[in-house]
Amino acid sequence: MHHSTFRKFTLLFGLVALVAIAGGCKKKVAATPPAPPPTPTLQPTVTLNASPTSVNPGGTVTLSWSSTNATDLDIEPGVGKVAPQGSTPVNPTQTTTFTITATGAGGSATASANVAVNGSSAPTAEAPTEQPGVNELFEQNVKDAYFELDKSDLRDDARAVLTKDAEFFRSYPQVKVSLEGHCDERGSTEYNLGLGQRRAEAAKNYLISLGISADRIETTSWGKERPFCTEHDESCWQQNRRAHFVLAH
Amino acid sequence: MAIRTFTPLSFLKLTLILTLAFSALARPSAAQDWFKTGTGLGVTKARLALPETAARSTFAQPLPKTFHDVVWADLDYSGIVDMVSPSFYPVQVPGQPSELKAEDWAAAPANAYMVAYGNLSTDASGIAFAGYLADVHNPTAPLALQKIYRGAATDADARRMAHQFADDIIGVLSGGQLGIAQTKIAYASARNGNKEIWVMDYDGANQQQLTHLKSISLTPRWSPDATRIAFTCFAPYRGVTSAQICIYSTASDRLIAFPRYRGTNGSPAWSPDGSEIAFMSSLNGDPEIYISDATGAHLHRITFAAGVSTSPAWNPKTGKQMAFVSDRGGSPVLYLANSDGSDVEKLNLPDMGYVIDPAWSPNGQLLAFSWRRPSGNYDIYAMDIVSRQLVELTRDAGRNERPSWAPDGRHLVFESTRTGTRQIWSMLADGSQPHQLTFEGQNESPSWSSK
Repeated sequence: MHHSTFRKFTLLFGLVALVAIAGGCKKKVAATPPAPPPTPTLQPTVTLNASPTSVNPGGTVTLSWSSTNATDLDIEPGVGKVAPQGSTPVNPTQTTTFTITATGAGGSATASANVAVNGSSAPTAEAPTEQPGVNELFEQNVKDAYFELDKSDLRDDARAVLTKDAEFFRSYPQVKVSLEGHCDERGSTEYNLGLGQRRAEAAKNYLISLGISADRIETTSWGKERPFCTEHDESCWQQNRRAHFVLAH
Repeated sequence: MAIRTFTPLSFLKLTLILTLAFSALARPSAAQDWFKTGTGLGVTKARLALPETAARSTFAQPLPKTFHDVVWADLDYSGIVDMVSPSFYPVQVPGQPSELKAEDWAAAPANAYMVAYGNLSTDASGIAFAGYLADVHNPTAPLALQKIYRGAATDADARRMAHQFADDIIGVLSGGQLGIAQTKIAYASARNGNKEIWVMDYDGANQQQLTHLKSISLTPRWSPDATRIAFTCFAPYRGVTSAQICIYSTASDRLIAFPRYRGTNGSPAWSPDGSEIAFMSSLNGDPEIYISDATGAHLHRITFAAGVSTSPAWNPKTGKQMAFVSDRGGSPVLYLANSDGSDVEKLNLPDMGYVIDPAWSPNGQLLAFSWRRPSGNYDIYAMDIVSRQLVELTRDAGRNERPSWAPDGRHLVFESTRTGTRQIWSMLADGSQPHQLTFEGQNESPSWSSK
């Protein structure tokens, strides 16, 4: 299966990467104060994150999201209509892919976050109606590593996540990534730029120790400039202390 | 060793240090309670009167009032004069020396020591202000200042001329030290969506966007000759966007080339002679401090410790000493070293917490920084680097970070969240007279120009 779909992957991959790069700038700028919109019909953007990304059945997962240019937001399954940005706890009993749909004057956008519930199988894996692209597989399989405040050493959960990520990178040797370090808002701008880089490097070095080639991973840092979540509390800060994978080429 | 609490005695000592350091009649009036103790002891400021600007022509715009208000604000905030309230002024407004009744100004209730005055008129080329500064206790002495200032009949030029007059007055009263009324402040602002580099007059007027990189631009720092601004810019290259060093020339209004390095680069700082730039780079993995020429050539590394080392700040007086931030011992705190990286020393404070944003006073004697103590939020502190005495300059007013000194050593600019949004503020170097300079959007990381 892998060989027969490689070409398709490569094609898709370029498109997806372009879109990801073009779209990547916009969506997280949601943290900056509202600027007067240049035109009233901007395309909505939305991001959705789940933390932790795996739990025991009935365990609590925090979903957090942010959006731009959207007036109606809806998270399925089970959450319903929500504010343009925020977070909410959910207690999935089986592996679930939460999808947020953001609708505004300029159209709509969706984002998904997968929560693996231990001992259950992913419904998405059971009924694939069409062959998923590399981007989709990447989104489903490659998860970010999270960190403690002011720390860049890997916690056990980060090691576990990266070990799974390494499996994916072994299965898809053509995939290259940029690994972006992020920090919460409490440290200084300047220090956080360095700390984010240390987080990205720590994750990269762990992947290298698992046999992933160093030249497939470019590291960079956003410091605290592109938070995933903009509330001023620990659940949000934890969302922002991470090494985040982005498909590159 | 640093002192543990801010006793009146220690404050008195620091006041003395500040006063000596400023080589001026520094007795800033205290606006915040915890500074009142000791600041007024033994030093008096010159009582200065500034009557309205006499209009000798008819003006389409209220330029005489603008001129007067700007000079007043400059002098009032200079930290070296005590402005006499207009309600005590004699009725007659002098516009030239023959109209000044010195004894009326020297007598009660005005009790002025100096009077700054003049007249504004139009001529063929624009407007002209004839300005004078008189010692009204010595009416037979020559004028302390007598000068004509010229410009266009615009608000901007009236402000510029007023700043020049104010600086000339400060120059006379402080024994030759230049005022700061014509200096600029560079900062990063996200008010138009992306964080870009902006510049404004020292009093917050004339805010202008310099860069249009439509990315993220941070940490501007003026070159010592105030012709360039080095900053951190996020630039895409082969699909990866990373933090790099950018330099903007305010003389030619464009970016100047600087090499791109691997990984994350940021927090540039200029050497005192402007020939070198120190910055953080992760080009070899760990974020460390490197120094290169201002062109980017002759790159060499000066810190070697696991962890983040960043925010280098050169002692502007000696050029041989550097302060920087490192988390090599756990949390980020300040370290001192020679500018070649040797003799690294941790700057011990009487408490734990974050210590960041080192900024040297122009005379190299005081190090300002922001410190988040375990019990509180970020506040600005200043330390005498020889005695290690410490004074807190902000308190109970949101996050206060990124101090930068004015070239007179009497003022600091910094960012504060005390209004609920992140804005640029300035204050006198003892923490008094905080002035909010920006109001729109979020603004951060100010840098005060040398001239």
